[in-house]
Amino acid sequence: MVNSYLPKKEVNAFTSQVLSRGSTGQDVKELQERLKFIGFFKGKVDGIFGWGTYWSLRNFQNEFDMKVDGIAGPKLKEKLQKATKNYKNTATGTKNSTANNASNKNNNNSNKNSNPIPNKKPIVNAPSGYTNNDIKLMANAVYGESRGEPYIGQVAVAAVILNRLTSSSFPNSISGVIYQPGAFTAVADGQINLTPNDVAKKAVIDAINGWDPTTGCIYYYNPKTATNQWIRNRPKILTLGQHIFCK
Amino acid sequence: MRNGIIIGALCAALAGTGYWGYTQHKNLQNTHVQAENNYQRAFNELAYDIDLLHDKIGSTLAMNSRTSLSPELADVWRISIESKSNIAQLPLKFLPFDKTQAFLTNVGNFSYRTAIRDLEKEPLTEQEYSTLKGIYKKAESVQNGLRGVQTDIMNKNLSWMEVETMSAQRKAPRDNVIMNGFKHVEQTKATTDSDFGPTFSNGQEESKGLKKLTGKKINESEAIKIAKSFISIKNSKDIAVNKSLNGSAEPFFSISMEHKRPTASSYMEITETGGYPLFFITTRDISSQKISLDDASKKGKKYLDSKKYTDMELYDSSQYDTIGVFQFVKTVNKVRIYPEAIQLKVALDNGQVIGLNAKNYVTSNHVRTIPKPKLSMDQARKKINRNVKVQEERLAILLSDFNKEVLCYEFLGTLGNDTYDIFINAMNGREEKVKKL
Repeated sequence: MVNSYLPKKEVNAFTSQVLSRGSTGQDVKELQERLKFIGFFKGKVDGIFGWGTYWSLRNFQNEFDMKVDGIAGPKLKEKLQKATKNYKNTATGTKNSTANNASNKNNNNSNKNSNPIPNKKPIVNAPSGYTNNDIKLMANAVYGESRGEPYIGQVAVAAVILNRLTSSSFPNSISGVIYQPGAFTAVADGQINLTPNDVAKKAVIDAINGWDPTTGCIYYYNPKTATNQWIRNRPKILTLGQHIFCK
Repeated sequence: MRNGIIIGALCAALAGTGYWGYTQHKNLQNTHVQAENNYQRAFNELAYDIDLLHDKIGSTLAMNSRTSLSPELADVWRISIESKSNIAQLPLKFLPFDKTQAFLTNVGNFSYRTAIRDLEKEPLTEQEYSTLKGIYKKAESVQNGLRGVQTDIMNKNLSWMEVETMSAQRKAPRDNVIMNGFKHVEQTKATTDSDFGPTFSNGQEESKGLKKLTGKKINESEAIKIAKSFISIKNSKDIAVNKSLNGSAEPFFSISMEHKRPTASSYMEITETGGYPLFFITTRDISSQKISLDDASKKGKKYLDSKKYTDMELYDSSQYDTIGVFQFVKTVNKVRIYPEAIQLKVALDNGQVIGLNAKNYVTSNHVRTIPKPKLSMDQARKKINRNVKVQEERLAILLSDFNKEVLCYEFLGTLGNDTYDIFINAMNGREEKVKKL
């Protein structure tokens, strides 16, 4: 039963995966929990290998006479497991889940019990400086405005929203830019409230991470439907799908 | 008798429909009134803000001591931000009002920077004083314009909802008293950035565009060749090349292509001058993670080396489900050149590079002489907050808020559970930037 909810990769909590800064997943969660268990990690267990995890891992490596590189490979995991014998995995409810999994391989029944219970929330990484809600709001706007456009056109719309944030002629917050009356048709006609697909979300993350097909544009319009003469006179940079992007 | 029943029923139905229609109408009217009230509030507050702004700048002109100047300038800063937020609530879609908004942003930045400065040690310069005078004049004309619109709205009972519906209609005449009033405000002799002094430009905005490049011009087929060499998936078909429109500071080609086995599509932009790749993105399905983020970063580094981006150092990595995103930065003699950054996207199923972003690299890459720092590392370290525990330190070149490159000592330190990136100017010891990571 429980199994069917889960993607295969999450079955064994501590996998052979090498973890480094930026990694996400159940593995990272267990790493953080184990480091916390013996007092090296003091932050929030969120499954995202951030700076806090990095420094505490380095301290652990230093204490245990290992090479201090902040990367959790197989050797480190072995040492960490030994150092945290009494650790109880909160996700699986079992002690030392990896060791148990190995010894219970043949025992179907107990193996099932050691499967992690599905977590309340999937681990979603957000680019620094942005929350998952910011990304959701932007994805809503991008989806409402440009869901019929090619992927790159959606990245471009997301980039325009971000470029407006740093422009002196626009509000300085994501919500301010998106909900400015008349700024986006999708906001005016309520299409912003549609549920966005993953494509729009990915486009937003690409734009936040620095991809800007428009090289700094703050306006765009559809030449077939745009009624505003003023916008047509702005310096045009490029055409992507149905939209012309301009500064 | 039967007719009577039918007539009675119909009458009841009619009355019911009538009542329903009436409540609907009433609800709609309520919503309209509420929306109109919101617009009116935002507009009247804006007019009041500009009044206040004008008065406060006026009094700063006559002030001389720090104790009175600094608080007044801080107030100017607050009011300019507030007025911008009120503008953002008005339905100005078809009204170019960007110059006035830029003016208010600049007033805010200028007053903020002067308000936080120690005016005892560094009093207002002649230039800054004349900037203040310029702001005062411009604020007066904005104030007069808005007051005019306000009078019109009050005397003629004009509604903002009309402006809003007008912008929703496609072919409506754009003749409206409110709109004309705003256009008039916008057209008053625009205060340009240069009025705010030489150090005053919006570096962030500037750094986003392309700069003039040097090199041989390439043609379409050369652009396709470059694109094919950068994009990891071979097997391309349906290749389309477009050129940027004439508003771009530097023309570029955009190349899009489809792939078979695996099914994917790619898009790339390459400058015409020099044929420098700006970026590319490949989109394809990535089922499950097979390689670690660490291995993916090594593949990314190898890719950069093979594309002749030498001396690139990984400084940040993050995982988004089955995609790794890596930040690389140029390192010359152990000095990190942050403006010359490259981002890579690597698929975590097979380690293929599915995205490159070299726009900043292209606009900042040049042969540079790194000056000798005037401060030593130890001297710089003493400048940082002593509660911060330094973990890593190095020299780095940073792009300042004014879009200028500055040589800094970079300290990576921890305080409590947080990590900070601190930049101390290597020439004068100024704390250029402190960023919580």
